[in-house]
Amino acid sequence: MHALVKKLVERGPVLTDGAWGTQLQARGLAPGEMPDLWNLAHPQKVVEVARAYIKAGSQVILTNTFGSNRIRLRGTEGESKVAELNEAGVQLSRQAAGNRVTVFASMGPTGKLPSAGEISAEELAEAFAEQAEALKRAGADGIVVETMSDLDEARIAVDAARKTGLPVVASMVFDSGKDKDRTMTGVTPEAAAVALRQAGADVIGANCGQGIAGFAGICARLKAAAEGSPIWIKPNAGLPEMRAGKCYYDMTPKEFASHVPALIEAGASFIGGCCGTTPQFIRAMRLELISPSSGESARA
Amino acid sequence: MQDLNALNIAIIDGDASAARAITKQALAEGMDPLELVQQYMVPAMNEVGRRFECSEYFVPELLLSARAMKSALELIRPGLAATDLPSAGRVVIGTVKGDLHDIGKNLVAAMLEGGGYDVIDLGVNVDPQRFVEAVKDKRPQVVALSALLTTTMPAMKATIDALEAAGVREQVKVLIGGAPVTQHYAEEIGADGYGETAANATRLVRSVLS
Repeated sequence: MHALVKKLVERGPVLTDGAWGTQLQARGLAPGEMPDLWNLAHPQKVVEVARAYIKAGSQVILTNTFGSNRIRLRGTEGESKVAELNEAGVQLSRQAAGNRVTVFASMGPTGKLPSAGEISAEELAEAFAEQAEALKRAGADGIVVETMSDLDEARIAVDAARKTGLPVVASMVFDSGKDKDRTMTGVTPEAAAVALRQAGADVIGANCGQGIAGFAGICARLKAAAEGSPIWIKPNAGLPEMRAGKCYYDMTPKEFASHVPALIEAGASFIGGCCGTTPQFIRAMRLELISPSSGESARA
Repeated sequence: MQDLNALNIAIIDGDASAARAITKQALAEGMDPLELVQQYMVPAMNEVGRRFECSEYFVPELLLSARAMKSALELIRPGLAATDLPSAGRVVIGTVKGDLHDIGKNLVAAMLEGGGYDVIDLGVNVDPQRFVEAVKDKRPQVVALSALLTTTMPAMKATIDALEAAGVREQVKVLIGGAPVTQHYAEEIGADGYGETAANATRLVRSVLS
């Protein structure tokens, strides 16, 4: 196990952060505008989000670089600024984190499926290597390959991240199939855990996708197949409902946090939130970690 | 004589080059194109849909099978009189303004093409006005809108509003889909239908056109 990961998990569950995109929207990011572009256009707003999560209790924060690979940036104004966007993203999270909080840089999918022949392995490898190197250069403590659906893409991204020498988290989205326990391309938690460990990931995880209630089962299956690797869990705050043109997540921070004990019991070492979660969710999770109280119903 | 069950299998397996080779050979041997479609190709796509619904197939398999179907259909169309296998209809499809995600949209487009529809793909980040122009120029029966993000879903309503403002809303059925989209949302914005998965896209289009 990577020394940094070992150090993080040895004192019990580690609290990560929540969603970034919705937090930037609350600060004026237009619907559909790519959040990553704000690393250069509105850097202070990005720092504010990082600070809000640290204040709420995050011990690991991510970076606003989820979509900053050259394939996703193609056709946007960030197209020619892949390195700059990634470097700025790390620097902004670092600015908020100092040396008190760990910065794991985010690498998301390209949006093209290699398993359906939409993109070659070589093209993916080049794109992820370019991003991972920029993240490392700017001083990230680790890299999180997240929200992956395609196992080939995830392995290529993990391999690129691993080559930087930084610890690597690999997290996939299990939201498909009749039991909602497969990725969009049909990968099971077991297959993901084995393949991502082989590719060199230090931590295996699940994020986004279905609501938090479905995550304990996925977490336990990842844990059983991961041969001792720590597990990373970042669920959505349920599924969004649109009302009068605005998007609402009905789950409250308290309700979300009530699932924390079940996730810890299922083997999670890193926990946080994905789409729809806010600093209030992280605060509620921290309270739950300090004094587990309301978790009985979720555990039962 | 070709073993035509191999065509059925090639489509189910998503093997486009085999599907093309078998189709080409069968046509050269004088096989009736319409029978090829009805006896071997359509049942293959039905089987693919069934496998998707019971979690034997996932998105990549669906995409590959739809592409195999499309590439075989391309060989067959020129050999058919227009009346033999009329286009099932024309669909204009696109991911709405502000949204750059195209996996779901491509999948639906592929399934509809495999189902015999004439699909005009406007791509991603499509401005409402471009949908309006496409409806005026291409005269589709259906406009299909995709969005992956909750933040871009409102652009679906903006697109429907633009079709109304241009006076062409009544000429088309508007169908919507994408991860955060629900039946409830479709009703709220006045769409004609909502597709939960790409596998039933063909059925949904057929039902709103009947």
